[in-house]
Amino acid sequence: MNYKKYFVFIFLFINLNSISLAKDPSALINEIVDEAASILSSEDPVESKIIKLNTIAERSVDIDGIGMYTLGKYRKTISDDQKIKYRKLFKSYFLKSFSSRLVDYTNPRINVISQKKINDKYTIVNSILEATSKRPQVKIDWRIYTKNPERPLIRDLIVEGLSLARTQKEEFNSIIQNNENDINALFKTLEEFLIK
Amino acid sequence: MNKPLSVLIILLLLFFHNYALAGDDGKIKLNGNNNGYLEVNDCFEKINRGIFSFNQILDKAIFKPLAKGYRIFPKPIRSGTSNALSNLGNVVTIPNNVLQGQFKYAGVNSARLLINSTLGIGGIFDVASYYGLKKLDKEDYGQTLGVWGAGEGCYFVLPVLGPTTVRDSLGSVVNLIGGDAWYNITVVKDTQYFSEADYYASRLIDGVDFRAKNLESFDSLEKNSVDLYASVRSLYLQDRYRKIKNIDKTTDTLSDDDWEEVDSQ
Repeated sequence: MNYKKYFVFIFLFINLNSISLAKDPSALINEIVDEAASILSSEDPVESKIIKLNTIAERSVDIDGIGMYTLGKYRKTISDDQKIKYRKLFKSYFLKSFSSRLVDYTNPRINVISQKKINDKYTIVNSILEATSKRPQVKIDWRIYTKNPERPLIRDLIVEGLSLARTQKEEFNSIIQNNENDINALFKTLEEFLIK
Repeated sequence: MNKPLSVLIILLLLFFHNYALAGDDGKIKLNGNNNGYLEVNDCFEKINRGIFSFNQILDKAIFKPLAKGYRIFPKPIRSGTSNALSNLGNVVTIPNNVLQGQFKYAGVNSARLLINSTLGIGGIFDVASYYGLKKLDKEDYGQTLGVWGAGEGCYFVLPVLGPTTVRDSLGSVVNLIGGDAWYNITVVKDTQYFSEADYYASRLIDGVDFRAKNLESFDSLEKNSVDLYASVRSLYLQDRYRKIKNIDKTTDTLSDDDWEEVDSQ
């Protein structure tokens, strides 16, 4: 094999390898939805369900990225120590509120219907939460962060056009603004939420 | 609410438009388009928070129990009620379709109103969908003002009625001065077929129907919010923005501005 052929072979091998490792954002959503549905419909005690749901979240959601996004303009002004404290608090807050929102559903049926790549960093996956006798069907879109195609991560849920990350950001910003721009007020609120 | 009172409230709000009573600068930012931001003024935040708390008490004492009671009815009865109210809503949606230049939608909604009011027995059955005339989004005068380029003005919370903006309130006033045919034939003209009570009953049932459809979502929001007032404000403003822009695709509503700076991989 001459050098030219050798290089072409290596090039193709690397490319094919990276293609095979890239994870489709729709596949990610299908995978976690199935996994979550199986946990929620099981007979496990609530505590066990929460632990399992949190494991899914830690694996598939960009908790740190969402945390920084929800800080808005304040992420540029707080100190490194405050950032470390915030990251820790936000993760606990996120996991508590995530599992608490989900655990009330017994068997959510979510069907992925399409996806659209916005740019190299983001793909939107469109899905439908099927109607039950209590509520109509709900349109849920997932903002997937695909900067690392091998490990796509969820960054936002857009429920009927309403972004949960943006809502969270405006909620946190409101707390900080109404307390003379003191980030410690947000820390205190999050700590209170965690012990509730 | 009677007309003079509504007009007085609107005038007061317009007058105080630039007064920021909030503890902060009274402004929050809401994405206006893919590249820029629109500023929304929460001019009366302290007062708004007070009214919001009052509404929460009212909700727990009246609306939530009513919504729970309404849920006891079998699904076909609730669906029929919801369909009939939605059909009635077309009398406001159709003129707004026209005012926004959505002539095709105005035609579809008019046909739906005609078919569902007759074959659908007062709108209880959505027969029009069966004939391929799918249900479209509701439109109101607040949305039309937004489409015409009017800004939101101050965000505020009304007792009982909840979140709104100056623009959306002005839109609601249009309903009371002839823009809502259902209001005209019930409250204004008081025909022999309908009375004022029919209008207020329909509004109450509409509210209860909406609350019943969202019982779990509201509970979850309440349970997981660290500042419920700010969450509701954000959700209301996002929803109005999406409706005014007639955006259906999520990719059209999201701005990457803030996300771009957040790199975690």
